[in-house]
Amino acid sequence: MASKGEGGRKPRTGARIAVAALAVLAALSVPPARAEVPPDVFVMAMQIDDVISLDPAEVFEFTGAEVSANIYERLLYFDDDDVTRIEGGVADAWEVSKDGRTYRFHIRPGMTFQSGNPVTAEDAVYSFRRVVRLNLAPAFILAQFGFTPDNVDSRISAPDSETLVMETDRAYSPALFYACLTADVASIVDAKLVKSRAANGDDGNKWLRTHSAGSGPFRLRVWKPNEIIILDRFADYWRGAPAMRTAFIRHIGEPGVQRLLLERGDIDVARNLSPDQAAAIKDRADLRLKFARKGSLFYLALNQKSDVLRRPEMRQAVKYLVDYMGIVGTILRGQAEPHQTIIPAGYLGSLDENPFTFDPAKAKALLGGGEGPAVTLDVRNVQEELQIAQSIQASFAAAGIEVALAPGDGRQVLTKYRARNHDLYFGQWGPDYQDPHSNAQAFASNPDNSDRGQVKTLAWRNAWDIPELTEMTSAAVLERDPGKRAADYREIQRRMLADSPFVVLYQQVDMAVERAVVHGFVLGPAFDTVSYRGVTKSAAH
Amino acid sequence: MPFARTLARNLLAAAATILGLLIVTFVIGRLLPIDPVLAAVGDRAPADVIARVRAEMGLDLPVYEQFFIYVGKALTGNFGESVLTARPVISDIGRYFPATLELATAATLIGILLGVPMGVASAVRRGQWPDHVIRVVSLFGYSVPVFWLGLMGLLVFYAKLGWVAGPGRIDVYYEDLVPAVTGALAIDSLIAGNMTVFVNALRHLVLPASILGLYSLAYIARMTRSFMIGELSRDYIAAARIKGLPERRVIWGHAFRNILVPLVTVIALSYGALLEGSVLTETVFSWPGLGRYITNSLLSADMNAVLGGTIVVGVVFVGLNLLAEMLYPVLDPRARSARA
Repeated sequence: MASKGEGGRKPRTGARIAVAALAVLAALSVPPARAEVPPDVFVMAMQIDDVISLDPAEVFEFTGAEVSANIYERLLYFDDDDVTRIEGGVADAWEVSKDGRTYRFHIRPGMTFQSGNPVTAEDAVYSFRRVVRLNLAPAFILAQFGFTPDNVDSRISAPDSETLVMETDRAYSPALFYACLTADVASIVDAKLVKSRAANGDDGNKWLRTHSAGSGPFRLRVWKPNEIIILDRFADYWRGAPAMRTAFIRHIGEPGVQRLLLERGDIDVARNLSPDQAAAIKDRADLRLKFARKGSLFYLALNQKSDVLRRPEMRQAVKYLVDYMGIVGTILRGQAEPHQTIIPAGYLGSLDENPFTFDPAKAKALLGGGEGPAVTLDVRNVQEELQIAQSIQASFAAAGIEVALAPGDGRQVLTKYRARNHDLYFGQWGPDYQDPHSNAQAFASNPDNSDRGQVKTLAWRNAWDIPELTEMTSAAVLERDPGKRAADYREIQRRMLADSPFVVLYQQVDMAVERAVVHGFVLGPAFDTVSYRGVTKSAAH
Repeated sequence: MPFARTLARNLLAAAATILGLLIVTFVIGRLLPIDPVLAAVGDRAPADVIARVRAEMGLDLPVYEQFFIYVGKALTGNFGESVLTARPVISDIGRYFPATLELATAATLIGILLGVPMGVASAVRRGQWPDHVIRVVSLFGYSVPVFWLGLMGLLVFYAKLGWVAGPGRIDVYYEDLVPAVTGALAIDSLIAGNMTVFVNALRHLVLPASILGLYSLAYIARMTRSFMIGELSRDYIAAARIKGLPERRVIWGHAFRNILVPLVTVIALSYGALLEGSVLTETVFSWPGLGRYITNSLLSADMNAVLGGTIVVGVVFVGLNLLAEMLYPVLDPRARSARA
């Protein structure tokens, strides 16, 4: 046992090491000059861990599509303020033949790729043929018009370097065809450059996953998965060079950390703040909240394989068992708009009707009393979605329906959903392109309801056998009169309001928080309309 | 040759451990209720694309065949491509592992430099106020969730005081300024002679390393205290004191030297755990490390990446244990004589 006197003799070596360590820490901890992003550099924090490729023939994730849209140009664009209006991009004029099957696009003169190569019709031909040949995840957006690896060489051609001709297998609605050409998969790549990088018949896919060959406002300098994407401006961009020399997109997984970075001035824009975090900083003069209504819908689905859930009364009753306004007003606070139909607001044929309210008495009456069933609700373990699921659990209980929550990782929940092993599912659906067919096909089409069905739409995943609606959906894509076509989609939606296993809760409103000195950052109406091209910065406060 | 026999025995045990790792990771990958094709092609790919990718990934083969392919790949060092990053797994590991190594090494150094003296001081002043303070610090490091601690650390030292740099390994403006040699930015910047990048990298490293180091410190200090209390109660310590040796020599020259063997094991285990188990710290600090890579890959059933990452961690873990065991004879003459 150490005596008092002995205690006075300290372990000096250890103490010295400790002091030295603290001194090093202190030296590193000298307060730096306040961080401020330079005026010609744009820094954004967001969750970019969904990116698996930056080849536009393969990109099918939110972040990848956003970045790709800032690198590549497409033949056509839609107007951000009215997605039914089509504008020129690489094509400055276009027409369709009388029989509705042959489209001619005239290539805008004077455009160049980031490599210096001119943009020609041959590049467009190569880009589209490449998409069909590679047949990667988003290829169906073009392939649905009858393009196959066998016929694509004859169906897509360039009679001269300024004209692109595309021949579809049927006379589809031109609006649908044009909408699909505004999708990311229809980006025009630099054929000469990509061909030079092709290996083992991959059409340059491996190389283009991590490099760029576009004519858009930025070129890809580097993509480090789960870390950072760096874009450098393209000085000869045809609409004018971006003001920002470089755009840095940093992966910051934690929304709370994004907020800290924003408040310190280390980033210009934070993309993933929660409604609570946004509410806490909404009155700050040096920050600005930005909102944009997107096409994504959040919905509750009832698996029709379940004896309990396939009762028509149950399908209808649950629509009165969701606290729509509570969810939008309390949980999502500005990041959602009430919407109860399958075509998003702003799209052709959208229906501005929200007939359902939280009304447990009506639901009980529809269910006819008695003991309610017990069901499971699968949901992603994401904070807001869990809160919504808890709200659903509470409101269903008002009609005696016992809901057990089954939160899981996104892919785990999806695997179960795709296997039709769920009872209730709460999730998100965003259109693949700005046309009502994308959602109608998902929700209101199910060509083969058997377990072996190859077209695994949302209707199929919920085992909802709907031959009549499927036929209506198929017919609507061939309707060339926009007015009649819009009426077709409204009729489909009215039928689904009357009876369907889907409860659409709300339409997503995307939110970003930017520093007040940042101007011209565009969120746009779709996940691939986020644009950094027009970003400028005024002098700091 | 007893040493060669020991080495052979240890290597055999290491091989068995790694084979066990392979089996466990394969079984976990197959038991997870996640379709790996989803990670590769997304939720909306048509049925023909899903079927083609499933075949390309070998998932249409019988399970036993998949296992042999899996083991075969591990033995040949070919881990294939990661589904999530679409890059060769080996190049992913080459990027993520040095980041983790840098963080874990800095944290372990903090743990050793502070934890060992604290543990010794705590044992020497057992029951007195330094002991109580050190025990509270250790308990804090052990029991406070690292996730919360990381966020609070960022809030106080980065956002409020501005003493340290924010999340990430380096300010974005310094990205790609120094060539990657070791993959550890602090070292690479020194090699390149770029002191600006070096200081910036250290400023980014100091907070996550300190947070992780607190955990390491807590463990090392507690174990050092425990070893030292045992050692200080031995007869030879009383004899040394009776002989009138200075207390400093009794503590550091006699007692501490005799706890080095178990202490090295504790440090090796703590270091190994930090190499793989710092997922939450890596998440909070946006640190692109191996722990987060393996966790994300496992949650996506990206088995190539899980296999590669697990093998690397397993080999390092086993290697650290081997190293610790090889150090025993150096640190303890009794171990030398036992082997002789």
